[in-house]
Amino acid sequence: MSEETAILDVQGVSLQFGGVRALSDVTFSVAKGELFAIIGPNGAGKTSMMNCISGRYTPTEGRVIFKGREVTGLKPNQRADLGIGRTFQNLALFGHMSVLDNIMVGRHHLLKNGFLRGALYWGLAQREELAHRRDVEDIIDFLEITHIRKAMAGTLPYGLRKRVELARAIALNPDLILLDEPMAGMNLEEKEDMARFIIDLNEEWGISVIMIEHDMGVVMDISHRVAVLDFGQKIAEGLPDEIMNNPRVKTAYLGEDDGGLVFTDDDEEVA
Amino acid sequence: MDLFFQLLINGIIVGTLYGVVAMCFVLIYKSTQVVNFAQGEFLLIGAWICWYILVQFQIPFVFGFLITLVFMAGLGIFIQMVVLRPMIGEPIISVIMVTIGLSIFMRALVNWLFGQNAVGFPEVFSTSSINIGGLYVQPAYLMSFVISIVIMAGFFYFFKYSRYGLAMRATAFNQQVAQSLGISVKQVFAMAWAISAMVSALAGVVVGMVNGVSSALSFIGIKVFPAVILGGLDSIIGAVVGGLIVGVLENMAEYVDGQFLYWGNMLTIAPFWVLIIILVIKPYGLFGTKDIERV
Ligand SMILES: Nc1ncnc2c1ncn2[C@@H]1O[C@H](COP(=O)(O)OP(=O)(O)OP(=O)(O)O)[C@@H](O)[C@H]1O
Ligand SMILES: [Mg+2]
Repeated sequence: MSEETAILDVQGVSLQFGGVRALSDVTFSVAKGELFAIIGPNGAGKTSMMNCISGRYTPTEGRVIFKGREVTGLKPNQRADLGIGRTFQNLALFGHMSVLDNIMVGRHHLLKNGFLRGALYWGLAQREELAHRRDVEDIIDFLEITHIRKAMAGTLPYGLRKRVELARAIALNPDLILLDEPMAGMNLEEKEDMARFIIDLNEEWGISVIMIEHDMGVVMDISHRVAVLDFGQKIAEGLPDEIMNNPRVKTAYLGEDDGGLVFTDDDEEVA
Repeated sequence: MDLFFQLLINGIIVGTLYGVVAMCFVLIYKSTQVVNFAQGEFLLIGAWICWYILVQFQIPFVFGFLITLVFMAGLGIFIQMVVLRPMIGEPIISVIMVTIGLSIFMRALVNWLFGQNAVGFPEVFSTSSINIGGLYVQPAYLMSFVISIVIMAGFFYFFKYSRYGLAMRATAFNQQVAQSLGISVKQVFAMAWAISAMVSALAGVVVGMVNGVSSALSFIGIKVFPAVILGGLDSIIGAVVGGLIVGVLENMAEYVDGQFLYWGNMLTIAPFWVLIIILVIKPYGLFGTKDIERV
Protein backbone atom coordinates (compact mmCIF):
# COMPACT_ATOMS: atom_id res chain seq x y z
CA MET A 1 0.00 0.00 0.00
CA SER A 2 1.36 3.42 -0.88
CA GLU A 3 2.20 6.00 1.76
CA GLU A 4 -0.68 8.35 0.94
CA THR A 5 -3.52 5.88 1.18
CA ALA A 6 -2.35 3.86 4.18
CA ILE A 7 -3.32 5.20 7.58
CA LEU A 8 -1.53 2.41 9.40
CA ASP A 9 1.40 0.21 8.46
CA VAL A 10 2.39 -2.67 10.68
CA GLN A 11 5.79 -3.95 9.56
CA GLY A 12 7.24 -7.23 10.77
CA VAL A 13 5.95 -6.88 14.31
CA SER A 14 6.96 -9.55 16.83
CA LEU A 15 6.12 -9.59 20.50
CA GLN A 16 7.65 -11.85 23.11
CA PHE A 17 6.47 -12.43 26.69
CA GLY A 18 9.24 -14.44 28.32
CA GLY A 19 8.88 -17.77 26.56
CA VAL A 20 5.56 -16.94 24.91
CA ARG A 21 5.74 -15.57 21.42
CA ALA A 22 2.47 -13.66 21.18
CA LEU A 23 3.19 -12.23 17.72
CA SER A 24 5.64 -13.38 15.04
CA ASP A 25 6.59 -11.13 12.19
CA VAL A 26 3.12 -9.75 11.49
CA THR A 27 2.80 -7.34 8.59
CA PHE A 28 -0.33 -5.65 7.32
CA SER A 29 -1.59 -2.29 6.28
CA VAL A 30 -4.87 -0.47 6.74
CA ALA A 31 -6.06 2.06 4.17
CA LYS A 32 -7.52 5.43 5.05
CA GLY A 33 -11.27 4.99 5.46
CA GLU A 34 -11.09 1.25 5.66
CA LEU A 35 -13.00 -1.00 8.05
CA PHE A 36 -10.48 -3.70 8.76
CA ALA A 37 -11.16 -6.81 10.83
CA ILE A 38 -8.72 -9.03 12.70
CA ILE A 39 -9.97 -12.50 13.52
CA GLY A 40 -8.44 -15.63 14.98
CA PRO A 41 -8.95 -18.28 17.66
CA ASN A 42 -8.61 -17.47 21.36
CA GLY A 43 -5.07 -16.62 22.33
CA ALA A 44 -4.05 -16.00 18.72
CA GLY A 45 -2.53 -12.63 19.57
CA LYS A 46 -5.29 -10.27 18.41
CA THR A 47 -5.40 -8.16 21.54
CA SER A 48 -1.60 -8.15 21.65
CA MET A 49 -1.58 -6.77 18.12
CA MET A 50 -3.98 -4.05 19.12
CA ASN A 51 -1.85 -3.17 22.13
CA CYS A 52 1.18 -2.84 19.89
CA ILE A 53 -0.75 -0.35 17.77
CA SER A 54 -2.16 1.60 20.71
CA GLY A 55 1.17 1.70 22.52
CA ARG A 56 0.40 -0.38 25.57
CA TYR A 57 3.01 -2.89 24.41
CA THR A 58 6.18 -2.07 22.56
CA PRO A 59 6.94 -4.71 19.93
CA THR A 60 10.12 -6.71 20.45
CA GLU A 61 10.79 -6.33 16.74
CA GLY A 62 9.22 -4.45 13.87
CA ARG A 63 7.68 -1.05 13.36
CA VAL A 64 4.29 0.60 13.57
CA ILE A 65 3.71 3.53 11.25
CA PHE A 66 0.69 5.77 11.66
CA LYS A 67 -0.15 8.47 9.12
CA GLY A 68 3.32 8.11 7.64
CA ARG A 69 5.06 8.61 10.97
CA GLU A 70 6.80 5.96 13.01
CA VAL A 71 5.09 5.60 16.39
CA THR A 72 6.74 2.37 17.61
CA GLY A 73 8.41 3.97 20.64
CA LEU A 74 5.63 6.39 21.61
CA LYS A 75 3.54 6.19 24.78
CA PRO A 76 -0.17 5.36 24.55
CA ASN A 77 -1.16 8.93 25.39
CA GLN A 78 1.12 10.29 22.67
CA ARG A 79 -0.49 7.96 20.15
CA ALA A 80 -3.92 9.05 21.33
CA ASP A 81 -2.83 12.64 20.71
CA LEU A 82 -1.87 11.67 17.17
CA GLY A 83 -5.30 10.20 16.55
CA ILE A 84 -5.48 6.56 17.64
CA GLY A 85 -8.52 5.81 19.78
CA ARG A 86 -9.47 2.47 21.26
CA THR A 87 -11.92 0.46 23.28
CA PHE A 88 -11.02 -2.49 25.48
CA GLN A 89 -11.96 -6.16 25.38
CA ASN A 90 -13.02 -5.97 29.00
CA LEU A 91 -15.18 -3.06 29.97
CA ALA A 92 -13.10 -0.10 31.01
CA LEU A 93 -15.48 2.71 31.87
CA PHE A 94 -14.88 5.01 34.81
CA GLY A 95 -17.71 3.46 36.77
CA HIS A 96 -17.99 6.18 39.41
CA MET A 97 -18.36 8.97 36.86
CA SER A 98 -21.38 10.02 34.86
CA VAL A 99 -21.66 9.04 31.21
CA LEU A 100 -21.04 12.66 30.25
CA ASP A 101 -17.90 12.88 32.39
CA ASN A 102 -16.60 9.65 30.91
CA ILE A 103 -16.93 11.14 27.47
CA MET A 104 -15.43 14.46 28.57
CA VAL A 105 -12.33 12.62 29.76
CA GLY A 106 -11.95 11.40 26.19
CA ARG A 107 -12.03 15.03 25.18
CA HIS A 108 -9.28 16.01 27.60
CA HIS A 109 -6.35 15.83 25.23
CA LEU A 110 -7.99 18.25 22.81
CA LEU A 111 -8.49 20.74 25.61
CA LYS A 112 -5.13 20.53 27.17
CA ASN A 113 -3.33 23.39 25.47
CA GLY A 114 -2.24 25.10 28.59
CA PHE A 115 -3.32 24.94 32.20
CA LEU A 116 -2.07 28.48 32.60
CA ARG A 117 -3.77 29.77 29.48
CA GLY A 118 -6.98 28.16 30.65
CA ALA A 119 -6.60 29.91 33.98
CA LEU A 120 -5.67 33.29 32.52
CA TYR A 121 -8.19 33.55 29.73
CA TRP A 122 -11.18 32.27 31.58
CA GLY A 123 -13.64 33.53 28.96
CA LEU A 124 -11.75 31.92 26.12
CA ALA A 125 -11.52 28.65 27.97
CA GLN A 126 -15.23 28.81 28.65
CA ARG A 127 -16.04 29.30 24.98
CA GLU A 128 -13.70 26.51 23.99
CA GLU A 129 -15.35 24.30 26.56
CA LEU A 130 -18.77 25.09 25.12
CA ALA A 131 -17.68 24.14 21.61
CA HIS A 132 -16.41 20.84 22.93
CA ARG A 133 -19.60 20.23 24.81
CA ARG A 134 -21.50 20.64 21.55
CA ASP A 135 -19.27 18.07 19.85
CA VAL A 136 -19.76 15.74 22.75
CA GLU A 137 -23.53 16.18 22.47
CA ASP A 138 -23.28 15.22 18.79
CA ILE A 139 -21.52 12.02 19.72
CA ILE A 140 -24.10 11.31 22.39
CA ASP A 141 -26.90 11.84 19.87
CA PHE A 142 -25.19 9.64 17.33
CA LEU A 143 -24.86 6.71 19.74
CA GLU A 144 -28.40 7.22 21.04
CA ILE A 145 -27.42 7.53 24.66
CA THR A 146 -29.02 10.91 25.35
CA HIS A 147 -31.37 9.44 27.92
CA ILE A 148 -28.52 8.14 30.07
CA ARG A 149 -26.04 10.99 29.79
CA LYS A 150 -26.35 11.91 33.48
CA ALA A 151 -26.37 8.31 34.71
CA MET A 152 -23.48 6.84 36.65
CA ALA A 153 -21.59 4.69 34.16
CA GLY A 154 -21.15 1.81 36.61
CA THR A 155 -24.90 1.34 36.98
CA LEU A 156 -25.66 0.81 33.29
CA PRO A 157 -26.46 -2.53 31.65
CA TYR A 158 -23.67 -4.17 29.68
CA GLY A 159 -24.76 -3.27 26.17
CA LEU A 160 -25.08 0.40 27.01
CA ARG A 161 -21.70 0.47 28.70
CA LYS A 162 -20.08 -0.82 25.53
CA ARG A 163 -21.77 2.01 23.68
CA VAL A 164 -20.57 4.62 26.16
CA GLU A 165 -17.06 3.27 25.82
CA LEU A 166 -17.32 3.72 22.07
CA ALA A 167 -18.59 7.26 22.58
CA ARG A 168 -15.61 8.03 24.79
CA ALA A 169 -13.19 6.74 22.17
CA ILE A 170 -14.88 8.83 19.47
CA ALA A 171 -14.65 11.92 21.67
CA LEU A 172 -10.90 11.71 21.23
CA ASN A 173 -11.52 12.73 17.64
CA PRO A 174 -9.41 9.86 16.30
CA ASP A 175 -8.49 9.12 12.70
CA LEU A 176 -8.19 5.44 13.51
CA ILE A 177 -10.20 3.61 16.10
CA LEU A 178 -9.36 0.17 17.50
CA LEU A 179 -12.30 -1.91 18.70
CA ASP A 180 -11.49 -5.02 20.72
CA GLU A 181 -14.55 -7.28 20.49
CA PRO A 182 -17.15 -4.50 20.52
CA MET A 183 -20.02 -7.00 20.43
CA ALA A 184 -18.88 -9.74 22.77
CA GLY A 185 -21.57 -10.73 25.20
CA MET A 186 -24.34 -8.84 23.39
CA ASN A 187 -27.69 -10.14 22.28
CA LEU A 188 -28.71 -10.07 18.63
CA GLU A 189 -30.49 -6.75 18.80
CA GLU A 190 -27.62 -5.06 20.59
CA LYS A 191 -25.19 -6.50 18.04
CA GLU A 192 -27.23 -5.09 15.17
CA ASP A 193 -27.22 -1.66 16.78
CA MET A 194 -23.50 -1.80 17.37
CA ALA A 195 -22.84 -2.95 13.78
CA ARG A 196 -24.85 0.00 12.52
CA PHE A 197 -22.88 2.40 14.73
CA ILE A 198 -19.59 1.02 13.49
CA ILE A 199 -20.64 1.37 9.86
CA ASP A 200 -21.81 4.97 10.41
CA LEU A 201 -18.69 5.77 12.32
CA ASN A 202 -16.67 4.55 9.39
CA GLU A 203 -18.75 5.97 6.54
CA GLU A 204 -20.20 9.16 7.94
CA TRP A 205 -17.60 10.21 10.47
CA GLY A 206 -14.79 9.08 8.16
CA ILE A 207 -12.92 7.22 10.89
CA SER A 208 -10.82 4.23 9.86
CA VAL A 209 -11.58 1.17 11.96
CA ILE A 210 -9.69 -1.92 13.08
CA MET A 211 -12.06 -4.35 14.73
CA ILE A 212 -11.43 -7.63 16.50
CA GLU A 213 -14.57 -9.73 16.51
CA HIS A 214 -15.50 -13.36 17.01
CA ASP A 215 -18.94 -13.17 15.40
CA MET A 216 -18.18 -14.17 11.83
CA GLY A 217 -21.57 -13.11 10.55
CA VAL A 218 -20.87 -9.54 11.57
CA VAL A 219 -17.26 -9.60 10.39
CA MET A 220 -18.17 -10.87 6.95
CA ASP A 221 -21.07 -8.43 6.69
CA ILE A 222 -19.47 -5.17 7.60
CA SER A 223 -15.70 -5.34 7.14
CA HIS A 224 -13.90 -4.37 3.96
CA ARG A 225 -10.89 -6.57 4.54
CA VAL A 226 -9.94 -9.24 7.05
CA ALA A 227 -6.64 -10.49 8.49
CA VAL A 228 -6.43 -13.81 10.28
CA LEU A 229 -4.04 -14.49 13.16
CA ASP A 230 -3.22 -17.93 14.50
CA PHE A 231 -0.56 -18.64 17.12
CA GLY A 232 0.78 -15.13 16.64
CA GLN A 233 1.21 -15.44 12.91
CA LYS A 234 -0.80 -13.88 10.15
CA ILE A 235 -2.09 -16.84 8.15
CA ALA A 236 -4.34 -14.98 5.72
CA GLU A 237 -5.49 -11.56 4.62
CA GLY A 238 -8.06 -10.56 2.05
CA LEU A 239 -11.66 -9.78 1.23
CA PRO A 240 -14.27 -11.40 3.46
CA ASP A 241 -15.25 -13.86 0.72
CA GLU A 242 -11.68 -14.96 0.18
CA ILE A 243 -11.20 -15.49 3.89
CA MET A 244 -14.39 -17.54 4.17
CA ASN A 245 -13.09 -19.95 1.57
CA ASN A 246 -9.47 -20.06 2.64
CA PRO A 247 -8.55 -23.64 3.65
CA ARG A 248 -5.82 -22.50 6.06
CA VAL A 249 -8.30 -20.36 7.89
CA LYS A 250 -10.74 -23.24 8.13
CA THR A 251 -8.16 -25.55 9.67
CA ALA A 252 -7.09 -22.86 12.12
CA TYR A 253 -10.55 -23.03 13.56
CA LEU A 254 -10.55 -26.73 14.51
CA GLY A 255 -13.53 -28.75 13.48
CA GLU A 256 -14.81 -26.12 11.14
CA ASP A 257 -13.72 -28.00 8.00
CA ASP A 258 -17.29 -28.50 6.92
CA GLY A 259 -17.25 -25.03 5.47
CA GLY A 260 -19.58 -23.14 7.76
CA LEU A 261 -17.39 -20.69 9.61
CA VAL A 262 -19.60 -20.05 12.58
CA PHE A 263 -17.67 -19.24 15.68
CA THR A 264 -19.28 -18.87 19.00
CA ASP A 265 -17.98 -16.66 21.72
CA ASP A 266 -19.33 -18.70 24.59
CA ASP A 267 -15.95 -18.90 26.21
CA GLU A 268 -15.44 -15.18 26.23
CA GLU A 269 -15.27 -13.70 29.64
CA VAL A 270 -17.68 -10.83 29.93
CA ALA A 271 -16.89 -7.67 31.90
CA MET B 1 -19.20 24.07 80.55
CA ASP B 2 -17.67 27.07 78.83
CA LEU B 3 -14.39 25.24 78.66
CA PHE B 4 -16.16 22.34 77.00
CA PHE B 5 -17.53 24.51 74.21
CA GLN B 6 -14.29 26.34 73.87
CA LEU B 7 -12.47 23.07 73.33
CA LEU B 8 -15.18 21.82 70.98
CA ILE B 9 -14.74 24.92 68.83
CA ASN B 10 -10.99 24.49 68.93
CA GLY B 11 -11.44 20.87 67.90
CA ILE B 12 -13.58 21.78 64.93
CA ILE B 13 -11.18 24.49 63.79
CA VAL B 14 -8.11 22.31 64.13
CA GLY B 15 -10.05 19.37 62.70
CA THR B 16 -10.87 21.17 59.46
CA LEU B 17 -7.20 21.98 59.11
CA TYR B 18 -6.30 18.32 59.67
CA GLY B 19 -8.95 17.56 57.08
CA VAL B 20 -7.18 19.76 54.56
CA VAL B 21 -3.82 18.11 55.14
CA ALA B 22 -5.48 14.70 55.06
CA MET B 23 -6.99 15.57 51.66
CA CYS B 24 -3.51 16.38 50.40
CA PHE B 25 -2.31 13.02 51.62
CA VAL B 26 -5.21 11.20 49.99
CA LEU B 27 -4.69 13.14 46.76
CA ILE B 28 -1.18 11.71 46.45
CA TYR B 29 -2.23 8.24 47.51
CA LYS B 30 -5.18 8.12 45.16
CA SER B 31 -3.45 9.40 42.08
CA THR B 32 0.02 7.93 42.51
CA GLN B 33 -0.43 5.04 45.00
CA VAL B 34 2.26 6.49 47.21
CA VAL B 35 1.79 6.60 50.98
CA ASN B 36 3.50 9.89 51.69
CA PHE B 37 5.03 9.99 55.14
CA ALA B 38 6.62 13.32 54.29
CA GLN B 39 3.31 15.18 54.16
CA GLY B 40 3.98 16.99 57.43
CA GLU B 41 7.31 18.25 56.13
CA PHE B 42 5.47 20.09 53.36
CA LEU B 43 3.75 22.12 56.07
CA LEU B 44 7.06 22.70 57.77
CA ILE B 45 8.93 23.77 54.66
CA GLY B 46 6.05 25.89 53.39
CA ALA B 47 5.78 27.81 56.65
CA TRP B 48 9.54 28.35 56.93
CA ILE B 49 9.91 29.51 53.35
CA CYS B 50 7.05 31.96 53.71
CA TRP B 51 8.44 33.21 57.03
CA TYR B 52 11.90 33.61 55.50
CA ILE B 53 10.67 35.56 52.49
CA LEU B 54 8.55 37.87 54.62
CA VAL B 55 11.27 38.54 57.17
CA GLN B 56 14.15 38.76 54.74
CA PHE B 57 12.60 40.85 51.99
CA GLN B 58 9.94 42.74 53.93
CA ILE B 59 7.37 42.37 51.17
CA PRO B 60 3.60 42.31 51.67
CA PHE B 61 2.23 39.03 52.93
CA VAL B 62 0.28 38.25 49.75
CA PHE B 63 3.39 38.32 47.57
CA GLY B 64 5.46 36.32 50.00
CA PHE B 65 2.71 33.80 50.18
CA LEU B 66 2.36 33.51 46.38
CA ILE B 67 6.11 33.02 46.01
CA THR B 68 5.88 30.27 48.62
CA LEU B 69 3.15 28.53 46.64
CA VAL B 70 5.20 28.64 43.45
CA PHE B 71 8.21 27.29 45.30
CA MET B 72 6.17 24.47 46.82
CA ALA B 73 4.67 23.49 43.46
CA GLY B 74 8.20 23.23 42.12
CA LEU B 75 9.34 21.23 45.13
CA GLY B 76 6.41 18.83 44.82
CA ILE B 77 7.08 18.24 41.14
CA PHE B 78 10.81 17.88 41.77
CA ILE B 79 10.29 15.25 44.47
CA GLN B 80 7.83 13.34 42.32
CA MET B 81 10.11 13.33 39.30
CA VAL B 82 13.46 12.74 40.95
CA VAL B 83 12.63 10.63 43.99
CA LEU B 84 9.39 8.80 43.28
CA ARG B 85 9.23 8.31 39.54
CA PRO B 86 12.10 5.81 39.63
CA MET B 87 10.17 3.93 42.33
CA ILE B 88 7.17 3.20 40.11
CA GLY B 89 6.53 -0.52 40.12
CA GLU B 90 8.65 -1.15 43.23
CA PRO B 91 7.05 -2.91 46.23
CA ILE B 92 4.86 -0.64 48.33
CA ILE B 93 7.07 -1.12 51.38
CA SER B 94 10.10 0.22 49.50
CA VAL B 95 8.14 3.29 48.46
CA ILE B 96 7.09 3.83 52.09
CA MET B 97 10.72 3.60 53.19
CA VAL B 98 11.61 6.22 50.60
CA THR B 99 8.98 8.68 51.82
CA ILE B 100 10.01 8.10 55.44
CA GLY B 101 13.59 8.81 54.41
CA LEU B 102 12.43 11.89 52.58
CA SER B 103 10.63 13.10 55.69
CA ILE B 104 13.72 12.65 57.88
CA PHE B 105 15.91 14.34 55.31
CA MET B 106 13.63 17.34 54.87
CA ARG B 107 13.17 17.81 58.61
CA ALA B 108 16.92 17.66 59.21
CA LEU B 109 17.54 20.09 56.37
CA VAL B 110 15.04 22.57 57.76
CA ASN B 111 16.45 22.27 61.28
CA TRP B 112 19.89 22.92 59.92
CA LEU B 113 18.79 25.92 57.86
CA PHE B 114 16.41 27.58 60.28
CA GLY B 115 17.16 26.10 63.67
CA GLN B 116 14.79 24.30 66.00
CA ASN B 117 13.36 27.18 67.95
CA ALA B 118 9.89 28.43 67.25
CA VAL B 119 9.68 31.86 65.71
CA GLY B 120 6.64 34.06 65.44
CA PHE B 121 5.17 34.94 62.11
CA PRO B 122 5.19 38.59 61.08
CA GLU B 123 1.81 39.74 62.26
CA VAL B 124 -0.86 39.62 59.60
CA PHE B 125 -3.90 39.85 61.83
CA SER B 126 -4.36 41.57 65.14
CA THR B 127 -4.18 39.07 67.96
CA SER B 128 -7.06 40.27 70.09
CA SER B 129 -9.77 37.66 70.22
CA ILE B 130 -13.20 38.04 68.71
CA ASN B 131 -16.17 37.31 70.87
CA ILE B 132 -18.59 34.87 69.22
CA GLY B 133 -21.55 34.09 71.43
CA GLY B 134 -19.52 34.27 74.60
CA LEU B 135 -16.63 32.26 73.22
CA TYR B 136 -13.35 33.82 72.31
CA VAL B 137 -11.80 32.97 68.98
CA GLN B 138 -8.53 34.33 67.72
CA PRO B 139 -8.86 35.98 64.30
CA ALA B 140 -6.07 33.73 63.04
CA TYR B 141 -8.10 30.68 64.09
CA LEU B 142 -11.14 32.06 62.36
CA MET B 143 -9.07 32.70 59.27
CA SER B 144 -7.72 29.16 59.46
CA PHE B 145 -11.25 27.82 59.56
CA VAL B 146 -12.45 29.94 56.67
CA ILE B 147 -9.41 29.10 54.56
CA SER B 148 -9.87 25.39 55.24
CA ILE B 149 -13.47 25.54 54.12
CA VAL B 150 -12.51 27.46 50.99
CA ILE B 151 -9.83 24.90 50.15
CA MET B 152 -12.30 22.07 50.58
CA ALA B 153 -14.78 23.78 48.29
CA GLY B 154 -11.94 24.33 45.83
CA PHE B 155 -11.02 20.65 45.88
CA PHE B 156 -14.63 19.72 45.32
CA TYR B 157 -14.98 22.07 42.37
CA PHE B 158 -11.65 21.03 40.89
CA PHE B 159 -12.39 17.31 40.92
CA LYS B 160 -16.02 17.57 39.97
CA TYR B 161 -15.93 20.15 37.22
CA SER B 162 -12.46 20.97 35.94
CA ARG B 163 -11.03 18.90 33.14
CA TYR B 164 -7.77 18.43 35.02
CA GLY B 165 -9.70 17.15 37.99
CA LEU B 166 -11.53 14.73 35.71
CA ALA B 167 -8.27 13.58 34.18
CA MET B 168 -6.83 12.99 37.64
CA ARG B 169 -9.85 10.99 38.74
CA ALA B 170 -9.72 8.98 35.55
CA THR B 171 -6.04 8.22 36.14
CA ALA B 172 -6.68 7.24 39.74
CA PHE B 173 -9.36 4.84 38.57
CA ASN B 174 -7.47 3.19 35.71
CA GLN B 175 -4.12 4.45 34.48
CA GLN B 176 -4.09 2.34 31.38
CA VAL B 177 -7.45 3.49 30.15
CA ALA B 178 -6.67 7.11 30.99
CA GLN B 179 -3.51 6.87 28.92
CA SER B 180 -5.40 5.46 25.98
CA LEU B 181 -7.52 8.61 26.12
CA GLY B 182 -4.51 10.86 25.73
CA ILE B 183 -3.91 11.64 29.39
CA SER B 184 -0.26 11.84 30.36
CA VAL B 185 0.12 9.88 33.57
CA LYS B 186 3.44 11.63 34.25
CA GLN B 187 1.71 14.99 34.12
CA VAL B 188 -1.06 13.83 36.42
CA PHE B 189 1.45 12.50 38.96
CA ALA B 190 3.39 15.75 38.91
CA MET B 191 0.18 17.74 39.28
CA ALA B 192 -0.95 15.66 42.27
CA TRP B 193 2.34 16.30 44.08
CA ALA B 194 2.34 19.98 43.17
CA ILE B 195 -1.19 20.56 44.44
CA SER B 196 -0.58 18.50 47.55
CA ALA B 197 2.61 20.38 48.40
CA MET B 198 1.04 23.78 47.78
CA VAL B 199 -2.07 23.18 49.84
CA SER B 200 -0.06 21.60 52.66
CA ALA B 201 2.20 24.64 52.69
CA LEU B 202 -0.85 26.84 52.90
CA ALA B 203 -1.95 24.86 55.95
CA GLY B 204 1.56 25.19 57.34
CA VAL B 205 1.49 28.96 56.97
CA VAL B 206 -1.88 29.13 58.68
CA VAL B 207 -0.68 27.05 61.64
CA GLY B 208 2.53 29.09 61.69
CA MET B 209 0.53 32.27 62.09
CA VAL B 210 -1.39 30.82 64.99
CA ASN B 211 1.28 28.85 66.84
CA GLY B 212 4.55 30.13 65.42
CA VAL B 213 6.81 28.33 63.01
CA SER B 214 8.76 25.40 64.43
CA SER B 215 9.62 21.80 63.80
CA ALA B 216 6.40 20.90 65.61
CA LEU B 217 4.63 21.63 62.32
CA SER B 218 5.79 18.38 60.81
CA PHE B 219 4.04 16.58 63.65
CA ILE B 220 0.73 17.45 62.00
CA GLY B 221 1.69 14.99 59.29
CA ILE B 222 1.64 12.25 61.93
CA LYS B 223 -1.66 13.43 63.41
CA VAL B 224 -3.18 13.38 59.98
CA PHE B 225 -2.33 9.74 59.62
CA PRO B 226 -5.09 8.45 61.92
CA ALA B 227 -7.44 10.89 60.21
CA VAL B 228 -6.67 9.43 56.82
CA ILE B 229 -6.87 5.83 57.97
CA LEU B 230 -10.17 6.62 59.69
CA GLY B 231 -11.51 8.05 56.48
CA GLY B 232 -10.30 5.12 54.43
CA LEU B 233 -7.06 6.22 52.76
CA ASP B 234 -8.59 6.63 49.32
CA SER B 235 -11.57 8.84 50.05
CA ILE B 236 -11.30 12.62 49.94
CA ILE B 237 -14.56 13.03 51.86
CA GLY B 238 -13.33 10.46 54.32
CA ALA B 239 -10.19 12.53 54.85
CA VAL B 240 -12.25 15.58 55.77
CA VAL B 241 -14.45 13.64 58.15
CA GLY B 242 -11.45 11.83 59.61
CA GLY B 243 -9.68 15.15 60.16
CA LEU B 244 -12.68 16.58 61.97
CA ILE B 245 -13.00 13.51 64.15
CA VAL B 246 -9.36 13.61 65.16
CA GLY B 247 -9.47 17.35 65.85
CA VAL B 248 -12.58 17.14 68.00
CA LEU B 249 -11.44 13.94 69.64
CA GLU B 250 -8.12 15.24 70.86
CA ASN B 251 -9.75 18.33 72.32
CA MET B 252 -12.47 16.28 73.98
CA ALA B 253 -9.84 13.95 75.39
CA GLU B 254 -8.06 17.00 76.73
CA TYR B 255 -11.29 18.12 78.37
CA VAL B 256 -12.07 14.77 79.96
CA ASP B 257 -8.50 14.37 81.10
CA GLY B 258 -8.23 17.90 82.45
CA GLN B 259 -11.54 17.70 84.32
CA PHE B 260 -11.67 14.14 85.59
CA LEU B 261 -8.80 11.81 84.81
CA TYR B 262 -5.58 13.78 85.24
CA TRP B 263 -3.60 11.20 83.25
CA GLY B 264 -1.96 13.85 81.15
CA ASN B 265 -1.07 13.82 77.49
CA MET B 266 -4.45 12.43 76.38
CA LEU B 267 -4.53 15.02 73.62
CA THR B 268 -1.92 13.24 71.59
CA ILE B 269 -2.84 9.67 72.34
CA ALA B 270 -6.63 9.60 72.11
CA PRO B 271 -6.91 9.73 68.32
CA PHE B 272 -4.72 6.67 67.99
CA TRP B 273 -6.81 4.71 70.48
CA VAL B 274 -9.96 5.51 68.60
CA LEU B 275 -8.21 4.68 65.36
CA ILE B 276 -7.46 1.19 66.61
CA ILE B 277 -11.01 0.67 67.80
CA ILE B 278 -12.53 1.83 64.50
CA LEU B 279 -10.17 -0.28 62.44
CA VAL B 280 -11.14 -3.35 64.42
CA ILE B 281 -14.78 -2.69 63.54
CA LYS B 282 -14.28 -1.35 60.01
CA PRO B 283 -10.93 -2.52 58.61
CA TYR B 284 -11.17 -0.32 55.53
CA GLY B 285 -11.92 2.87 57.37
CA LEU B 286 -15.20 4.72 57.40
CA PHE B 287 -15.31 5.52 53.69
CA GLY B 288 -12.65 3.30 52.17
CA THR B 289 -13.13 0.87 49.33
CA LYS B 290 -12.18 -2.68 50.01
CA ASP B 291 -10.12 -3.61 47.02
CA ILE B 292 -7.48 -0.92 47.30
CA GLU B 293 -6.19 -1.60 50.79
CA ARG B 294 -3.17 -3.78 51.05
CA VAL B 295 -0.84 -1.51 52.97
N1 LIG C 1 0.79 -9.21 29.39
C1 LIG C 1 1.02 -10.47 29.01
N2 LIG C 1 1.95 -11.22 29.64
C2 LIG C 1 2.19 -12.50 29.27
N3 LIG C 1 1.57 -13.12 28.26
C3 LIG C 1 0.63 -12.43 27.59
C4 LIG C 1 0.31 -11.08 27.93
N4 LIG C 1 -0.66 -10.63 27.09
C5 LIG C 1 -0.93 -11.67 26.27
N5 LIG C 1 -0.16 -12.73 26.56
C6 LIG C 1 -0.16 -14.01 25.85
O1 LIG C 1 -0.10 -13.77 24.48
C7 LIG C 1 -0.92 -14.66 23.77
C8 LIG C 1 -1.90 -13.87 22.92
O2 LIG C 1 -2.85 -13.25 23.77
P1 LIG C 1 -3.94 -12.23 23.23
O3 LIG C 1 -4.64 -11.68 24.40
O4 LIG C 1 -3.30 -11.29 22.32
O5 LIG C 1 -4.92 -13.18 22.43
P2 LIG C 1 -6.31 -12.85 21.73
O6 LIG C 1 -6.18 -13.25 20.31
O7 LIG C 1 -6.72 -11.46 21.99
O8 LIG C 1 -7.27 -13.86 22.46
P3 LIG C 1 -8.82 -13.70 22.87
O9 LIG C 1 -9.62 -14.04 21.67
O10 LIG C 1 -8.99 -14.72 23.96
O11 LIG C 1 -9.01 -12.32 23.35
C9 LIG C 1 -1.58 -15.56 24.79
O12 LIG C 1 -0.83 -16.75 24.87
C10 LIG C 1 -1.46 -14.78 26.07
O13 LIG C 1 -1.37 -15.64 27.17
MG1 LIG D 1 -8.24 -10.56 23.01
